Amino acid sequence: MSEKPSSILFAPGKRRGALRRVLLGGALMLGICQADAAPDNFTSIERGRVLTTAGDCTGCHTTVNGQSMAGGLALETPFGRIVTPNITPDDETGIGRWSEAEFTRAMQFGIRRDGAHLYPAFPYPNYTRVTRQDISDIYAYLRTVPPATNVVDRDTLPFPFNIRAAMAGWNLLFFTPGEFRPEAGRSEVYNRGAYLVEGLGHCGTCHTPRNLLGADSTRQTFEGGNLLSWFAPNITGDTRRGIGGWSVQEIVEYLKTGRNARSAASGPMAEVVMDSTSRMNEADLTAIATYLKERGAPNGTAAPAPAPAPLAASDASMRAGMAIYTDTCMACHTGGGGGIDLIFPRLAGSALVQQDDPTTLLRIVISGAQSAATDLAPTGPAMPALGWRLSDRQVADVLTFIRNSWGNAAPAVTEDQSRRMRATVAPQ
Amino acid sequence: MNRRLPKKDVVIVGLGWTGSILAHELCLAGLDVVALERGPWRDTATDFNIGTAPDELRYAVRQDIFLRPAQETLTIRNKLDQEALPIRKWGSFLPGNGVGGAGVHWNGQTWRFLPEDFTLKSHLTQRYGEGFLPENHMIQDWGITYQELEPYYDRFEKIAGISGKAGNLNGQTQEGGNPFEGPRSAEYPTPPMMQGYSQQLFTDSAKRRNLHPFPRPSGNLSTAYTNPFGMRMAPCSYCGFCEWFGCANYSKSSPQTCVLPALMRMPNFSVRTLAEVTKINLTPDGKHATGVTYVDAQGDEIEQPADLVLVCAFALFNVRLLLLSGIGQPYDPATGEGVVGKNYAYQSSGSATAYFGEDVRINPFAAAGSLGVALDDYNGDNFDHAPHGFVGGASITCAHTNGRPINFRPVPPGTPRWGSAWKKATKETYNHVATVGAQGSVMSYRDSYLDLDPTYKDRLGRPLMRMTFDFKPNEEKMTAFMADRCEELARDMGARQIVKSHSRSPYNIVPYQTTHNTGGAVMGSDPKTSVLNRYCQSWDVPNVFVSGASAFPQNAGYNPTGTVGALCCMMVDAIRDQYLRNPGQPLVRT
Repeated sequence: MSEKPSSILFAPGKRRGALRRVLLGGALMLGICQADAAPDNFTSIERGRVLTTAGDCTGCHTTVNGQSMAGGLALETPFGRIVTPNITPDDETGIGRWSEAEFTRAMQFGIRRDGAHLYPAFPYPNYTRVTRQDISDIYAYLRTVPPATNVVDRDTLPFPFNIRAAMAGWNLLFFTPGEFRPEAGRSEVYNRGAYLVEGLGHCGTCHTPRNLLGADSTRQTFEGGNLLSWFAPNITGDTRRGIGGWSVQEIVEYLKTGRNARSAASGPMAEVVMDSTSRMNEADLTAIATYLKERGAPNGTAAPAPAPAPLAASDASMRAGMAIYTDTCMACHTGGGGGIDLIFPRLAGSALVQQDDPTTLLRIVISGAQSAATDLAPTGPAMPALGWRLSDRQVADVLTFIRNSWGNAAPAVTEDQSRRMRATVAPQ
Repeated sequence: MNRRLPKKDVVIVGLGWTGSILAHELCLAGLDVVALERGPWRDTATDFNIGTAPDELRYAVRQDIFLRPAQETLTIRNKLDQEALPIRKWGSFLPGNGVGGAGVHWNGQTWRFLPEDFTLKSHLTQRYGEGFLPENHMIQDWGITYQELEPYYDRFEKIAGISGKAGNLNGQTQEGGNPFEGPRSAEYPTPPMMQGYSQQLFTDSAKRRNLHPFPRPSGNLSTAYTNPFGMRMAPCSYCGFCEWFGCANYSKSSPQTCVLPALMRMPNFSVRTLAEVTKINLTPDGKHATGVTYVDAQGDEIEQPADLVLVCAFALFNVRLLLLSGIGQPYDPATGEGVVGKNYAYQSSGSATAYFGEDVRINPFAAAGSLGVALDDYNGDNFDHAPHGFVGGASITCAHTNGRPINFRPVPPGTPRWGSAWKKATKETYNHVATVGAQGSVMSYRDSYLDLDPTYKDRLGRPLMRMTFDFKPNEEKMTAFMADRCEELARDMGARQIVKSHSRSPYNIVPYQTTHNTGGAVMGSDPKTSVLNRYCQSWDVPNVFVSGASAFPQNAGYNPTGTVGALCCMMVDAIRDQYLRNPGQPLVRT
C-alpha cells in the first residue's frame, strides 16, 4: 500500500530538487528569542504569507518530506555543501528566539543573531532592497508557521570557506545594502516589478551569471546563468535569446500557469512556478513582467545581439540531426518545430533553444524533464529521457539541428558537451 | 494485522474513469475522499514514456497492464447444466489493473446510446408486440431517458475531449454526422479525426447504397484541447498503439490525461494503491454501509469506515463485490427471483474481412483506436425488424485501429500458418486488407447471469464469480444479418476476396473479442427487477452507489464507455445536489 505516489507531477508542493542544490554559498540564521505574534495582526501575517510566497522561501527552507520551513536542505555550491537552516519559530532549533530587529538585520545585512556573517546563498544582497514593513510582515508570518524541531548542521563548508568573517571582505567588494528606491519617471507598475524582481524574487540569483567569487556579474544582468546542469535562460529584452518577443501577458501566463504558447517551465524554474509564482497575484505578476520587458529598453526590446549565421543544412551534423529529429522528436514537436500549443514546447524561434549555452537542452534530451503542474494547468507534460537510446554524437547532432533550423541559429553542440552532461546526470 | 482507520466522507472502490471523476467532483464539493485501487499507480510521464510505451511484446502479447488471473479471475460456462471452470489466462476480455483502470488501455470509441435503447422493452413491445421478443429474454427499460442523460453525455464528452461530428443538434440534422443519434445539445468538443483510405472507400460504398456514414466519435483527439479541469491534451499522432497500451502522447482520453493530475492536487483526496477491497461492511440490519475492508500489499486487513461507498470497479467486479458483501438479493435463474447478477450481457459481432488487390494501399500503420467511419442504419431499431425475426442491431464500421508488427498479420484463408508461404502471404497482404465490422447488441436472458462459484476460490479464500453466458439464436441471427451487410459494403469497396464471420454459440472465452461486459447490477425503476435506482444508488443500501456498465439492463450496439461516463456524471449531480442534503436516504422512493 502506498499513499499518494511521490510523483513530482502530483505532489507539487513537495517537490524539492535542483533549485535547492543550486545556490552559491551562504548560510542563514540560528537563533534564540521570543516574540509572540499579536492576536490582531491578521493583515500583517497575511501580507507576510504573500511576500514569503513571492520570495519562494520554501524553495530552500523545506525538504521533500520535511515540515514547512524546517530547513535541512543541502545546497551544493561550488564552494561546498551548505545546509539550509530551520526558520520555523522553534525556540531551540529554529528562529523562535529571534527578535524582529535580529531578523531584520539578517535580511538587510546578512548578519545572523549571534553576529556571524551569513553566506550569500541566502540572497541578502537582494533582500536588503526589501522594505522594513515587508520584512516585518514576513517575520510576523514566520511566527505563525508550526514550529518544527529540526537540528541542522550549519557548518558544512570546508576550509577556507568555513571562515564566516571572510564574508566581510566579500561584502565590501560586492554588497550594497539599502532599500529599493523607485526609479523616477517610471510607472508604479514598473517600480513594483523592479522591487519584486530585484528584491524578494531574487531572479538574478539564477538568471545572472556569477563571477568566480559567486557574486552577480552586474554587467550581464539577467543574461542567463549556468547552475549545476541547468541553464537559467536569458530574460533580458533580447528578442532572439531573451524574452524581448514575449508580451507582458505571455510572461504573466508563463509565471501563473507554468507554460505559454512559447515555452514551458521545467527543472528549477518549474519549482519556482509551482511553489511561488503560480501562487502570486495577477497584479504582482504583471508588475514583474512589465519590469522585465521595460528595464533598460524603453520600447521593450533591447537591440538584438547579432545572430550567428545558422549552420548549413548540408552540414553532416545537421543531416544526421534531421534524421534523428524525424524519428524521435517530430511526433510531438512537429515537422516544422512548431510544437503543440501549451503542451509540447515550440522549438522554432524558441529562446531557450538558442541560448549560447546548451546545458538545459542537453539535460532535457539525455535525462528528460517534467514541466510545471499548476492549478490552472495541472497536466505537467513530460519530455522523456532519450539518453538511453541516443549516443553522445546523436544527442549533439539532434541539438545542433534544432538550434539551426526553422530560423533558429546557435552554436553547434559538441559530442564532448553531451558526454560531460551524461556524466553529470548519471546516477551516482 | 487488522487495523481500523479514521472515517472518511467517501470511499471509492477502484480509481478508473468513474472513480476519478466522482472523486474530483466530490472533492470540489468539499468532501474528504479516499480511493482504494488494487493495482499499481500509473501516470503518463512515468509509465507511458514515448520511448517504451509502444512495446507490442510487453503490452499486447504479455498483457503488462492487465489484471492477472492470480489477482482475480472468473469461472465460466455456457449453460446451466455445465460445470464452470476458471479462466486461467484472459482471452475474450481483458480487465484493466491499476490506476486508470480499463480507461488506460481502451481504444477511445465514445458513443451515446440511441434514445430507444433506454426504453427498449417498452419500445419493442409497442412496435412489434410482446411475442416478437426473443425466448427467455429479460429485456428491461433503464428507468431513465436519453433526454435526461443528454446533459451528462455532453459533460463526459467535454471531460474526455471527444472528437466527432454531430448529426443531430437540438433536433436539426447535421450534414456529415450520424442522423440517427439522439438530439445533442452541443457539437463535439473537437472535430473528427482524419480518416484513412479504406474509410474513404467505405464512405463511397455506403453512400452508393444510400446509407449514412459518419466519422466515429473518438477519444483519440484530432486537435489539442483543454478540458473543464484544465487538463491539456495533444492531437493524436496516429501511431496505432491505443488498445492495450497507455498513450505516451497525451492524446488518448483517459483518467491519466483528463482527470488524475487535477485530482491529485486536491488536499482532501488521497489514493491507496495495491489495496484490494474485499467487502463492503454493513450495519447489523444490513441497511447501511459503514465502510469497506481491504487488504494491502503486505496482506494486512484494514477497515476504512466511510459515510458513502462508491463502487467504481470494472463491471464484473462491481457485481462480485455486491455478492460478497451481501448487498441485494442474489439472482436465481431457477426461480427468476433476486436481482444481483441478473442480466449479464456482452457484445456480439459480425464482420467481413476484405482482401484487395495491390493497387489498393491501406497503410494500416497510420491508425488510431477510434479512427474509422461508421454507420448506424442497422443499429438499434433504426430499421424495421419485422421481416428479420430478431431484435437489436449493430454499428457498422470500417475501422483502422493498428498495423502493429507482431499481431497484425492478416493472411487470406488457406495460407499455411508458418514458413515461407506464410511470410510471402503476410508481405503481400499487409497493406491491402481492411475490415468492415459490426459491433452488435446483446439482449439479456434468463440464463445469462453472474453468481458466486460453488467450488473455486481466490487467493484470499473468497468464492470466484461464475459467469453463465452463451450467444442466443437472436444474436446469431442478428449478427449473421450484419455480416451480410458488411459483405455488401466490402464488395462495393472493391474487395477481391471477402471472409465473413459472426457470433455463434458456443461462446468461446479464449480468443479476444471485446471487454464490454455489462449488467449484473442493473438500474431500473423497480427494486424487484433492478439492483440500482435511476441514479445508480443501491435500492437496499442507500449509501452505496455503483458506477459502471454493470448497470446496463442489456447491451446496445455500441462501446459502453460514453454511457458509463454519462451515468457517472449524472451520479455526481445526484449525490452533490440531492443526496448530500439528506444523506443515507434513497433518492427514489418505492
